[in-house]
Amino acid sequence: MDAKAIHDKLVGRFGDRVTGADLEAASPFATIATEAIAEVAAFCKSEPELAFDNLMCLSGVDYPKADPPRMEVVYHLLSYRHHHTFALKVHVPRESPSVPTVEGVWGVANFHERECWDLFGIAFAGHSDLRRILLPDDWDGHPLRKDWQDPDYYNGLHVKPTAQMAERAMGGERIGVGPFDFTPPNAHIEEG
Amino acid sequence: MSQSPPGSNTAAAAHSPAPVGGVGGPESPPTSNRAAEFAPAAWDADPDTDEMVLNMGPQHPATHGVLRVELRTDGEVVKAARPHIGYLHRCFEKHAENVDYPGVLPYTDRMDYVAAMGNTLGFSLAVERLSGIETSPYVNTIRVVMAELQRIASHCVAVGTYAMDIGAFTPFLHLLRDREKILDLFEWTCGARLLYNYNWIGGVSHDLPDGFVRAGRDLLREFDSVTWPELVDLIIMNKIFIKRTAEVGVCPPELAVSYDLTGPNLRGSGPPRDLRKDAPYCGYESYDFEVGVGEGKFGPLGSCFDRNWVRVVEMRESSKILHQALDRLETMEKTDVHEKVPKRVKPPKGEVYVRSEAPRGQLGYYVVSDGGINPYRVKAKSPCFTAMSVFHHLARGMMIADIVALIGSLDIVLGEIDR
Repeated sequence: MDAKAIHDKLVGRFGDRVTGADLEAASPFATIATEAIAEVAAFCKSEPELAFDNLMCLSGVDYPKADPPRMEVVYHLLSYRHHHTFALKVHVPRESPSVPTVEGVWGVANFHERECWDLFGIAFAGHSDLRRILLPDDWDGHPLRKDWQDPDYYNGLHVKPTAQMAERAMGGERIGVGPFDFTPPNAHIEEG
Repeated sequence: MSQSPPGSNTAAAAHSPAPVGGVGGPESPPTSNRAAEFAPAAWDADPDTDEMVLNMGPQHPATHGVLRVELRTDGEVVKAARPHIGYLHRCFEKHAENVDYPGVLPYTDRMDYVAAMGNTLGFSLAVERLSGIETSPYVNTIRVVMAELQRIASHCVAVGTYAMDIGAFTPFLHLLRDREKILDLFEWTCGARLLYNYNWIGGVSHDLPDGFVRAGRDLLREFDSVTWPELVDLIIMNKIFIKRTAEVGVCPPELAVSYDLTGPNLRGSGPPRDLRKDAPYCGYESYDFEVGVGEGKFGPLGSCFDRNWVRVVEMRESSKILHQALDRLETMEKTDVHEKVPKRVKPPKGEVYVRSEAPRGQLGYYVVSDGGINPYRVKAKSPCFTAMSVFHHLARGMMIADIVALIGSLDIVLGEIDR
């Protein structure tokens, strides 16, 4: 099935709970109402014509500058039986985001959702074991959000140079392993 | 056998989802979910039984890096296992948002450091798809040669360290010796032996040196006539090796698909799914090769033996592809390998998910571009990460010694799991 047929199938079953789609994109996707995602996922897997038996990837993306500001969870699906792929998206608010889990549909979602919670702070309602996975257990915050700022301290250790250290470094003093360079890595490209 | 402590089946429930209200950016620091993390867990062994909790790793030599596995054991039998990853987390995805597209490539090298060629190839393909760059047949052939050489080298390490895990030390040295010869070719081509940054967006960093085809043929002649038969005789068909692996860690195909096992791990369970056949890239559709699958020769299908058997068969098939690719390189019209490399990589707004068949399975990159010079978001779906997610299923009910055999057969590289 091509993307259009898959989208029609979803719209035929779920109606206005499929809230949008881009079928011309390099990886075509449909946007699903957040509360319906678990149901849609189960349908995608069990419907013989779709047969999306494999969840290839589950990613979070943060769009703070969108109107309204939102985060997205993107599910990339693959059918081994029919060799077609499709993507589902849900939009969640940036404040206390929560998405129903799809762990019961694809087992691999367990790890992916833990990673998404860890790095974006998107909670997955009904997840069996929602803990941090990549970052330390006592880490505060969710670093892949676009407004993330590194903490000054972690467990009593300097994470960033303090203002005094930076000032001394700017004066030419060597601190630590090298002089601090505050030029963004892309500055030369932006200017040129 | 003692009874499981009360509540042991609800281990997961004890770690109920962390407080949802606590999320927020740095301006509203989230409440730490530390209390929930360290609450007296149902996971702790009950002192009234024979069960105990054993931490394997993170400095255990058989965990292939810094992996910690928490085992709840009853004598020698593992009742439950819980992998803890993240010890090698280097914020790849955060770094990727702060450098330009070519700048991401060296970071991808450092994910799966045993098979770095495959990582850069995957990311290059993703960005090329996003910006609509078509590479020339010559560049594609070079990429195939490098990817397949890397596959052989990577499987040498995988099978060699696996043999070492279950007690055979010498084959490891033999295989690393043979891998060295491939690394020599890489060094000759691009100057690096481990982290190459060879595949660039739109091309490769260096053209092949004069005489590469001949050196490649010499290597393959030795591989076909000595290395591969020796590998099969010495390790794979060794009676002890078969006894240790053929009935251990059986993964049924449905479980493998549900947990997104890919590459040799999936094919070991039976489904002949290989991206080089199913969704070819770099001209793989024009090569003649077979997809190796597990056959369940000495035990149930999908065992540790089958996963390794697939790797060994793949090495032979890679050699077949290499023969064809080298033949083509000889007669092919050479083009400038930097011909399509853009001066400034700035893909149009959009997003793409591109997969490629890395030695350890399907490596996927989800790249979102907002039209700027830095990627807006890069997510790497690593095959080892998903292989680790099925671990607790396979480990249940095993002997402790077999846990080592299981981890090794999944062929994980922690650099790629933790990214």
